[in-house]
Amino acid sequence: MREIQAHPILNFKKGKEVSFFFNGSKIIAYDGENIAMALYRLGIDVFSESPKLHRPRGMFCAIGKCSSCMMRVNGIPNVRTCVLPVKENMIVETQSYYGKLPDKVENFKKSIEISKDVAIVGAGPAGATASITLKEYGINPIIIEQNSLLGGQLVKQTHKFFGSEREKAGIRGIKIAEELIQQIEEMNIDALVNSTAFGFYPEENILGVFRDNQFIKISAKYYLIATGASEKMIPFPGNDLPGVFGAGAAQTIMNVFGIKPGNKILMIGAGNVGLIVSYQLLQAGVEVKAVVEAMDEIGGYFVHASKLRRFGVPILTKTTIKEAVGYPRVEKAITVNLDDSFNEIPGTEKEWDVDTICLSTGLIPSVNLLAQAGCDLKYSPHLGGYVPIRNKYLMTTKENIYVAGDVDGIEEASIAMLEGRIAALSILEKMGFNTQNKITDILNELKSLRNGPFSKKVVQGIKEVEYE
Amino acid sequence: MNNYLKSGYLSTVDLSDFLPDLSLIKDHQVAVTECVQEIPCNPCVTSCPTRSIFMKDINDIPHVDFETCIGCGKCVAVCPGLAMFMIRINGTQGEVTLPYELIPLPKKGEEVNLLNRKGEIIGRGVVTKIFLPEREIHSAVVTVTFKDAKILNEVRNIEVIK
Repeated sequence: MREIQAHPILNFKKGKEVSFFFNGSKIIAYDGENIAMALYRLGIDVFSESPKLHRPRGMFCAIGKCSSCMMRVNGIPNVRTCVLPVKENMIVETQSYYGKLPDKVENFKKSIEISKDVAIVGAGPAGATASITLKEYGINPIIIEQNSLLGGQLVKQTHKFFGSEREKAGIRGIKIAEELIQQIEEMNIDALVNSTAFGFYPEENILGVFRDNQFIKISAKYYLIATGASEKMIPFPGNDLPGVFGAGAAQTIMNVFGIKPGNKILMIGAGNVGLIVSYQLLQAGVEVKAVVEAMDEIGGYFVHASKLRRFGVPILTKTTIKEAVGYPRVEKAITVNLDDSFNEIPGTEKEWDVDTICLSTGLIPSVNLLAQAGCDLKYSPHLGGYVPIRNKYLMTTKENIYVAGDVDGIEEASIAMLEGRIAALSILEKMGFNTQNKITDILNELKSLRNGPFSKKVVQGIKEVEYE
Repeated sequence: MNNYLKSGYLSTVDLSDFLPDLSLIKDHQVAVTECVQEIPCNPCVTSCPTRSIFMKDINDIPHVDFETCIGCGKCVAVCPGLAMFMIRINGTQGEVTLPYELIPLPKKGEEVNLLNRKGEIIGRGVVTKIFLPEREIHSAVVTVTFKDAKILNEVRNIEVIK
C-alpha cells in the first residue's frame, strides 16, 4: 500500500512471505522486515496509546531509540517493534498504559556469559570501523547491535559523502556500509545483532545485553561505546501524533525498507539532515511541500539546499511549526513566522495540506550506558547535549571505556569512522601494540577535516570536554 | 550575511567569480562550480584527470582552470553536493550538463523542461547525451541542448515532461 515502486538509487529486494498476527488479524510481511515496518507498509499507523489521555501513538525514530512503537510481542510488553524482525506466527498486540506483563515466563532462556578482550556497542560507522581495526591486529572483539543490519545509519544514506578520498568521499553511504559489512563478515568478527545493550554494571565491569528472550552477560577488558545519537523532539501541540517522524526515521522507512513515510511532507529544520532527507523524499516520489527553519538562515551545507530549490521546494527561514492537526494521524500542519527574538508573529499562521511532518531539529548523543558505567559527562550545546569527558585518544574518565562517533558529540559519519579507528588503536596501544604513529596520523586527518568554518562550534565543544 | 543562505539559491552575481568568459566556452565544454561555502570536501579535485580544479586545502572553495579543463564530466558525476555542472556554447546553441538523480531518467533525444536554480521552468531543451555510472555510487549526468544560449548560466535542472 505504501511501497515504493521504483527508486533512482536503490533496488528493494523482498524476502519470502512471513505471516504474523496483529491484534488477532493475520498480516503478511516479508522476511527481513521489522514488525513496525510491515504494519506501516500496510497503512497501520497506531501501535499504542498514551497512558493518561489514550492518545494514539505510532513510530517516531524507527531505529530503536525512542519508545513510541512499543508493543506486546508474544506476550512480552514494551518491545521496540521498529527494530524487531517479523517471525512466522508471531503475536503482536497494540499496547495501552504501561503494557501488560507476560502471561507466562517459560519463553525466557537461561542467561549466558561471554568473555572478550574488547566489546563494542553499536555497529555504525564508528563501531564497525573499530572492530575491523582491532581484528587487523589479531584481537577478536564482539559487537553488540540493536538492529538486524550492521552499518548503523550508513545503510540509509543514499547521498554521496563529503570529505577526501581517504574518507571515501564522492561515494554513497550505502556503498560504504556494504564495504564495512563485507569486511566484518570476511574477517569473521563476532557480531550479536538484534541485541540490546541495556545496562552497564560498573561494580562487576559487566555489560547487560538482551537478545531473543535471553540475558547475556558480557565481560570485557575494554569497552567501546559507539551508540550514536537519537533525534530531538520539539514541543508543539500534536507532536505525538502518528505521522510526526524524526527525519532520520523517514529515511530509514524509505531507504532501508522501501516504504513511503507519507505522500505530502513538511520538513521542520534546514540543517544537513533536514535538507538531505527532503531531497531523498523527492527521490522516493514523495511531495515535499516545504522546509521550514526557525533561524534566519539555512544551517546545513548550502549545496544541499540548492539541490532542493532546483526542484522548486521552498525553504522558509524564520518559520516554525505551531501545531500538528489530525486524528488518528497527521492531516495538516500549521506553521508560524518568527521575529528576531524567536517570538511567534500573530497572524502569520499558515496551514499546510500534509499527512506527514518530519523533525530535523538536531540530534542528542545516546550516552545512557556511559552514565550507568559512571563515566563523567558534561553538557555541551555545541556537541548536542551531554557528552563523555574524554582525552584525544577517546578514553573516557574510566580507563577501560572508550567512545567514538556521535555518542561523543554530533558530527557525521566520516568523522565517526576516523574516531572508531582512533579508539581501536588507543585500546591496542594499551594492550601493548605500537600504534602511536597511526594515531597521530589520524588525529592530523581529523584536524584538517575540522578546520573549516562549519566545524568551529564542534572544535570549541571538544575543547570544553577534553582532558589532557 | 549572504542572501543565498536565506533563499537557498545562488544568483549569477554570487557566481561572478566562478563563471567563465563566454569566449572561453565557444565550442569548448568546461566545468563550472556552484560550491561557494568552505566545507571539508575535495572529490572534484581528486577526480580531475587534468588537474584543472584547485583548492588550497580541503576546506577551500574549488576553482576551475577553464583553459585546461577538457570537459570530461567526472567531477559532475562524483560531486557529493551535486554542485558541478558543465557549460558550452555549441555553435549558436546553449548546452548544459548536470547531475540528475530522479526517476524517470530522460532518454537521449527527449524534449525536457529547463529549470533555473529556483525550479522555475525557463524553456525547453533536448537531451543530447546521458552518462549512467553505477547508480549506487555516482550520479547520472545529463546534457541538454537548447536554442537560446543566453540562458546558459540559468539552466541548472531539468524536468521530464509527463
